Amino acid sequence: MNAPDQGQQPPTSAWSIYRAIVGIGALCALLIVTVYMATADRIRENQERFLAFAVSQVLPATQSTVGVVLDENGQLVKTDETLTLPVFLGYGTDDELVGAIVTAQGMGYADNIRVLYAYSFELNAIVGFMILESRETPGLGDKVETEAHFVANFEALDATLTADGDALLNPIVTVKQGQKTEPWQLDGITGATITAEAIGKLLNDSANILVPALERDAAGFALNQTSEEQ
Amino acid sequence: MLGKEVSATDDFVKGLWRENPVFVQMLGLCPALAVSNTAINALTMGLATTFVLLMSGISVSALRKFIPREARIVSFICIIASFVTAVDYLLAAISLELHRSLGAFIALIVVNCLILGRAEIFASKNTLSRSVLDALGMGVGFTAALLFIGVVREILGSGSLFGVALFPDNFQTWTVMVLPSGGFFAMAMWLLVVNWLKKQKEAAEKQAQEAAA
Repeated sequence: MNAPDQGQQPPTSAWSIYRAIVGIGALCALLIVTVYMATADRIRENQERFLAFAVSQVLPATQSTVGVVLDENGQLVKTDETLTLPVFLGYGTDDELVGAIVTAQGMGYADNIRVLYAYSFELNAIVGFMILESRETPGLGDKVETEAHFVANFEALDATLTADGDALLNPIVTVKQGQKTEPWQLDGITGATITAEAIGKLLNDSANILVPALERDAAGFALNQTSEEQ
Repeated sequence: MLGKEVSATDDFVKGLWRENPVFVQMLGLCPALAVSNTAINALTMGLATTFVLLMSGISVSALRKFIPREARIVSFICIIASFVTAVDYLLAAISLELHRSLGAFIALIVVNCLILGRAEIFASKNTLSRSVLDALGMGVGFTAALLFIGVVREILGSGSLFGVALFPDNFQTWTVMVLPSGGFFAMAMWLLVVNWLKKQKEAAEKQAQEAAA
């Protein structure tokens, strides 16, 4: 009998390879599903808590909210469903309408950016802004959350409608840092150009659709009436 | 008995200096350069990588007799990706704030060749206990290396350390240090320091040998 060459290993049977790959795959699937099942409720609770916190940050006068959504006819209707991009009407201490809180998303430099912004019916402007989800470059793209001059854009970002109320009078656009001259312009960030421009675009796209509907229909909702329906 | 104890210690210690993953083995340079623009980013990335390194090392070592040579790479990647996904869910469940700040980094752990490298070179050929020590040593070494790079980049690029401002407002920050190119500059600087120290140590050992002779 010849002794096996020590430099060579005997060929592995197809069954062994198949068994290993399927076995490892099954174990990995089990791990992922187990962790997902164990954490799903907690993650949902955290997301709801974070959304409530975010609402209080972008429109601090809000004491209670009513979820609304655009129906197929473009009308604003009440909804209790948990939506990917929820829209809320915010009511103050005397149940008066203080504004709308809108979730919007768009493509940034690395991935989708999801934001929450507050619209003031009184000022016809975006008066609050917060990033909900972002995978932009740390230290660069994430400056949209930390740069003081960029955050200051949302003290009163003009979102006035045209005379017929169908669209924004002036499109919300991002300009180069230091070149903002109009109240509907976003003062951009050097070093985070793409992210800043993406936020301008997603706000413009979202506001163009939702602000006309909010201005037209929001007054028709009453907090007490909505509570009775619930 | 004594030899085994020394070997076990060596399994842990070698990753800290002699076989440091970043400064000596040059593994995992992509995340080391990409996410070391601040000290806190570097630290969190290092800790998350250490956890995946440890868990994948344990799994690969425990299953090493079950995994044929031909199927090892696909098996290792499957195991690593699963633990990265698990870390993603766990972080979101523990703290959404923490998850938000780490979001971009978590996915990068999958492509860190340090983890696949240790699974292939060490965990697939050694016992569970030695694999644990190796993974911990490499993880701590990786975290320390990222932290060294991150500290330099944050101080020079942002004028702060762990988010705390170190200089007056008129300090002119070196923006290049937080850009990708700054990662290469900081990395090169630390490589110079590490290699200089190694040369010094070698020269001292040589002198000691000559003196003894």
